[in-house]
Amino acid sequence: MTTDWRAERERWERETVGPFAARQPERRDTFETVSGIELDRVYTAEHAPRDASAEGLPGEFPFLRGPYPTMYRARPWTMRQIAGYGRPEDTNDRLKYLIANGQTGISIDFDMPTLMGFDSDDERSLGEVGREGVAIDHVDDLHGVLDGIDIGSISVSMTINPTAWILLAMLVVVAEERGVPLDRLSGTTQADIVKEFIAQKEWIYPVEPSLRLLRDMITFGADHLPRWNPVNISGYHVREAGATAVQEVAFTLAAAITYAERAMATGVPFDAFAPRFSFFFIAHSDFLEEIAKFRAARRLWARIARERFGAQMPESMRLRFHCQTSGSALTAPQPLNNIARGALQALAAVLGGAQSLHVSGMDEALAIPSELAMKTSLRTQQILLEETGVADTIDPLGGSYAIEALTDRIEADAQAILDRIDELGGTVACIEAGWFQQETADSAYRFQLAKEAGERVIVGVNRYRDAQAAPLPFDLHRVDPDAESRKIAELTAFKEERDRALVDERLAALAEAAAGDGNVMPATIAAVRARATGGEIVEALRAVYGTYVETAVF
Amino acid sequence: MTSGGSTQRPIRVLLGKVGLDGHDRGVKVVARALRDAGMEVVYTGLHRRPEEVVRTAVDEDVDVIGISVLSGAHMHIFPRILELLDAEGARDDILVVGGGTILPEDIEALEAMGVHRVFGVDTSLAEIVEMIRGAVAGRAPR
Repeated sequence: MTTDWRAERERWERETVGPFAARQPERRDTFETVSGIELDRVYTAEHAPRDASAEGLPGEFPFLRGPYPTMYRARPWTMRQIAGYGRPEDTNDRLKYLIANGQTGISIDFDMPTLMGFDSDDERSLGEVGREGVAIDHVDDLHGVLDGIDIGSISVSMTINPTAWILLAMLVVVAEERGVPLDRLSGTTQADIVKEFIAQKEWIYPVEPSLRLLRDMITFGADHLPRWNPVNISGYHVREAGATAVQEVAFTLAAAITYAERAMATGVPFDAFAPRFSFFFIAHSDFLEEIAKFRAARRLWARIARERFGAQMPESMRLRFHCQTSGSALTAPQPLNNIARGALQALAAVLGGAQSLHVSGMDEALAIPSELAMKTSLRTQQILLEETGVADTIDPLGGSYAIEALTDRIEADAQAILDRIDELGGTVACIEAGWFQQETADSAYRFQLAKEAGERVIVGVNRYRDAQAAPLPFDLHRVDPDAESRKIAELTAFKEERDRALVDERLAALAEAAAGDGNVMPATIAAVRARATGGEIVEALRAVYGTYVETAVF
Repeated sequence: MTSGGSTQRPIRVLLGKVGLDGHDRGVKVVARALRDAGMEVVYTGLHRRPEEVVRTAVDEDVDVIGISVLSGAHMHIFPRILELLDAEGARDDILVVGGGTILPEDIEALEAMGVHRVFGVDTSLAEIVEMIRGAVAGRAPR
């Protein structure tokens, strides 16, 4: 005879909980996740009725348990601490330091001018060159960043968005000039332009031409770069901008749906590009909610791929993701507490089945991370893998009543948001109407009010504060005050040595390609090879596409 | 124009993002909090030049300019804003405040050069509202 767990729980509430709670009340009337999902007192078998089609096994549809059949037992997640500051050789030093300390993939962070498409010598770049990331003006700068690093064997991730197609072209040229075959290149360009309009706010061109550039990267990749992820569809920034876990999943998959539709409109079948879609989620502070979120995202994408796009190949349905622990959850007061936050959030990422991981530095509420902060983050990952044992069995929390109930709830709520986006006319219409932006701002404001009311506790900030500020327990990364002027001088010299006529000819050809509907990647690669700068390439297309202007909502 | 206590106009605040920095979560939350506290808020949107911010501030006759910087470019942006306000002869009329990922020693330097107050990322909304009310009330009437 099977137990009626609902009846059993109701009996327990009445007979056991009632009298006990009368003597010792609970801490709060209701308990919610950080995203506002109300939690039951306890979950039982009644909450998660399961069957094989909803649960499955690792490496099989619906990929709830994991994208691969053996997961970390065969291949641990890639430990990929991001690095980038100053001039190319500064970043090259940091990358080599991380590799020497056991890092297994590299990830490059670019400065704001590179991200936004301005050369280092542009007046709008003043004060920002090499500050938040490395300054890349042309292909020889990327050669410098990757000097002595075997890009045929280590994967290269680039956090780059509106200018992603240029950086991809630069990497292709670096590979060509080093004799690395393109089918050996592995890694990722973030290139997720939808979330830029929603959250991170790095843009150049209006929405449609921006989507077209990404479409061209995806289809170029399908033809030439079998191991490259042309796009890393990202919830991280949406969440950091204030969205909830459910919104993070929904907005990310809405972007993925849009990219798939654009690529398919060129006649490329879903199964030809979808296996190279990669995703990027945050690991935030609510431990159980985050684990459930990763699992829900995997199952929801598998269903969308199969049902909405008619995917045939399992590889097109399995969601693979990079994960980064939350930057905004870090605190400036009592910064050593951030090591604990990073470790717990990283544990959620691993229990949720991440393919690669960056643990944010303990000092990132104050500055870009120091070498010591990044080493501590890397060691956190190594402790998780080598000491805790959590990587040795797959999806170890699968079947937990609470985790499965939360997984179901997040998936259903995210699906409801996706339905709403369709009703509103789709992702592009929602961007242009400011809908995503308003939804995100609303969530951010609600969270802030909860924090100020003390309903959301941030240790060391709104509870357990120090009576007086203590001196920093570590040294911070210092910006080299001369890096900007040196970079500008180097760029001036570089420009003088080029064949200017050839550069102009290639830029003109690129503008012509952009005005047509063919793929812009070959013409971009040709311009990069001739030593056109990123800023010149951006301006050549700005003449064709114009500039995006946001109507800000708050 | 003079105004009596009961008909005083609301405090007017221009919030701005200058440079290439796209982090706008904080500035939007602050914008909403100031509005909820009864102030009139103009938000410039992203990627403005200092000239645009100061021009808008003067045109809109604001009491306060608040600049949010999370890109590290604050030591370039704030001096430029102050310089442009001087050029407009508006330095005494408009308080400049700021916030973002800014090191303590830079906060000290900015406040020494004439930025009224610079907040770190964990500042409460209540503290910001109180500071602006106090600072505007404490100024000579115009």
